[in-house]
Amino acid sequence: MEPLSYAPLSTDQLDATFAALADPTRRAILQRLASGAASVMELAEPFAMSQPAISKHLKVLERAGLISRGKDAQRRPCQLEAAPLAAANEWLEGYRRFWEARFERLDSLLDEMKKTTGSTQEPME
Amino acid sequence: MRTVGQLTVSTPTEREIVMTRVFDAPRHLVFEAMTRPELLKRWLLGPEGWSLPVCEIDLREGGAYRYVWQKGDTRMGMGGVYQEIAAPERIVQTEVFDDAWYPGEAINTTVLAEENGRTTLTLTILYPSQEARDAVLAAPMEDGVAASYDRLAELLASQVAA
Repeated sequence: MEPLSYAPLSTDQLDATFAALADPTRRAILQRLASGAASVMELAEPFAMSQPAISKHLKVLERAGLISRGKDAQRRPCQLEAAPLAAANEWLEGYRRFWEARFERLDSLLDEMKKTTGSTQEPME
Repeated sequence: MRTVGQLTVSTPTEREIVMTRVFDAPRHLVFEAMTRPELLKRWLLGPEGWSLPVCEIDLREGGAYRYVWQKGDTRMGMGGVYQEIAAPERIVQTEVFDDAWYPGEAINTTVLAEENGRTTLTLTILYPSQEARDAVLAAPMEDGVAASYDRLAELLASQVAA
């Protein structure tokens, strides 16, 4: 375990992240942005959606801190902000995996203990 | 594959982490495995390469415990005091890391419930503040930040595929 190398997310931010990820169009937009910045028009292209509809999804992603928009007033290219997503991903799963590895070792130890103590206590069903 | 339950981790309140896991063994054995140093050294380890060379337990209310993990020259110590012991069903103990990355101490409550020879472990860790809880959850425990960024790609791929 090491000191933090990025600021922990507040639960509000985390809620916003998970809410933003709950929509398939928004996940597809993030996937597209993982390979580079894109304008609204470029993002709208593969979807059967109007630019205003895409813009609405982009606002949700932007509020969740998952993307940022460029300053260029016309194009305003979108780019992925990886840190909140990585942190959200890491949030519970890294912790869970860390403990699950321990508990799997405990499973093996308990099996061994059951054999040596003869205290199997099979369920009587 | 084993039929034991997968570990679930939840955050029911702002200051808590709750873990629940089923073990295919009666609870007196689970209790022993959680309170006897020679047994703890077998399973309470960190990521690959870490061992638990120091594990001292004074198993009584008010008694202290101390764990030191080691990998190469790096050591990480942690300890606290047992506040409540009701073998084989309940342990309450404080928890402070030597180089804590959050202030204050956490309180761990372990509850073991047995049914048909199986034991459900519920471990509740109550932190002094939400910031402390979140710092623990967000600290990379496995293989650091680089790996978490690798997993970003996996997450995106799986989310899109779903």
